[in-house]
Amino acid sequence: MFWKSTYNEFIKIAAKPRSYIGLGAITLLVAIILFAMRMDGQSYLSFITGSFEQTISFHGNVLNGNLMAFIVLQLLIIHIPLLIALVTGDLVSGEAASGSIRMLCTKPVSRTQLLLSKFVAGSVYTLIILVWFGVMALGFGKLLFGTGDLMVLNSQGLFILKDGDVMWRFFSGLSVSYLALVTIATLSITLSCFTDNSIGPIVTTMAIIILFTIIGTLDVSVFEPIKPFLFTTHMAAWRSFFEDPLPLLSIYRSIVVLVVHILALLAIALYKFNKKDILS
Amino acid sequence: MPEKIIEIKHLSKLFGKIRAVDDTSFDVYKSDVFGFLGPNGAGKSTTIRAMLSLITPTSGEIKLFGKELRTNRSFILSQIGCIVEKPDFYTYLSAEKNLEIFARISGSTVTRSRIHEMIEFVGLKGREKDKVGSFSHGMKHRLGIAQALLHDPELIILDEPTTGLDPKGIIDIRNLILQLKNERNKTIVLSSHILSEIELIANRMVILNKGKSVAQGSVAELLNQQLLVVTFQVDQLGKAIQLINQKFPGITAGLSGNDMLELSITHEIIPKINRFLLENAINVFGIEAKRKLEDYFLKLIGN
Repeated sequence: MFWKSTYNEFIKIAAKPRSYIGLGAITLLVAIILFAMRMDGQSYLSFITGSFEQTISFHGNVLNGNLMAFIVLQLLIIHIPLLIALVTGDLVSGEAASGSIRMLCTKPVSRTQLLLSKFVAGSVYTLIILVWFGVMALGFGKLLFGTGDLMVLNSQGLFILKDGDVMWRFFSGLSVSYLALVTIATLSITLSCFTDNSIGPIVTTMAIIILFTIIGTLDVSVFEPIKPFLFTTHMAAWRSFFEDPLPLLSIYRSIVVLVVHILALLAIALYKFNKKDILS
Repeated sequence: MPEKIIEIKHLSKLFGKIRAVDDTSFDVYKSDVFGFLGPNGAGKSTTIRAMLSLITPTSGEIKLFGKELRTNRSFILSQIGCIVEKPDFYTYLSAEKNLEIFARISGSTVTRSRIHEMIEFVGLKGREKDKVGSFSHGMKHRLGIAQALLHDPELIILDEPTTGLDPKGIIDIRNLILQLKNERNKTIVLSSHILSEIELIANRMVILNKGKSVAQGSVAELLNQQLLVVTFQVDQLGKAIQLINQKFPGITAGLSGNDMLELSITHEIIPKINRFLLENAINVFGIEAKRKLEDYFLKLIGN
């Protein structure tokens, strides 16, 4: 019954026009960024490497597909949560608002199974969005800009990663990003269980992300103890895969924090959904 | 004694301080068309939602098919087809896709031909590929009934099934319910605040008011206890009124709106009055009896 219910959720997601907003937005945004880089990438590169240009000279195809994918990831990974929440925040509350939740909950499927079906479908949708994002950034980036070594600038300095050493880093980085996005999907599903209004969970999810991100970036000592436990802190964990040597402890910590968030939010959602009186 | 399909014992549900259902008990037997009658806010929908595990009762016991609902939810719900308040489908999907979705989780194997059979049964053949968003209120109701019947359930629960329908839609749904009862021998629970609807369809009923059960039993028995408004078409109206007022001091004879003899009497008194009129050489051309259902209902709910 669980898989039948999950299949139903896939059909519903696939039939909703809003599910395609994410794919469309990613296509458009990546296309705009790649177009801008194609037109004026050299000045963007000079802006980044300006401080090194007197001591280091760069040769070869620096403005390559790997760098494009890295730039696209850096620019857009923060915005994808909105596209995810747009669909996952509606999974329960949208049905409550339309009244179809009444029909679902009078079928012989347990509420736990119903909610887990929505969670699985939401997670698969998140995966599709992320894979499309990866295909657009990496695939089209390489198609338009060719390939080459990846130059990465971070707080520890400038890293040059060999072309052959890059793909696994992208895959691993996207995998950790997937965990972060599933955390956001779970957060919006959880919020979705608390209301019968379809917009509320989407807006609240974004408000929480903005709030946590601001707390995470504020250099105030009072917030220091909580920063490592905020999921937003670990949304940028994908960047750790572009350091050498890999900061394994930091990566493991991020994975643990994100997984704990997913499990805790899911437990809250299950408790609430099972106890909820369906009055809509 | 027929098999009990639903047993509700001392059911109560509180929403904060509001007692929506207050110590209500009733039974529904196999093959009953059971009416759930009460004014708006009487607790009909809350009781039905509790029977379908949409809400958790504050106290009381709910048994369906002889099993406790709390511990046998899946089995019980697999035997029920229902519409609660109004059928809300996925408006962005076709009627057929909607039925496929609900069939998949109905707990039984529902074939594609069964889906089409149900679409035909409720008169939506030819519209199955259309999105539900384009359907009228009546068509959604019909689709709701198709959804409720897909898995051939033993028990059908219809909460206010005719709300918002035009007269033709009301008659169609009523005929559909009677067809289910007569041809398929289903047990049907039907809630309504429309008295005549229950009287026309149900054989047993419970009347709820302010969350409490104020009357229950066979519809015929409950209503036969009540006074009827009986009009006699006679040739000597003045004489008839005078004689009845003299002979039957407890009965007030009067004139109806269309100049006929009008009496408020019980069912059993009708032949007695008829005989009395004939014995006094007053010709009777016609007798019409109407139940004062509204009066009965208002008396029960204390208004």
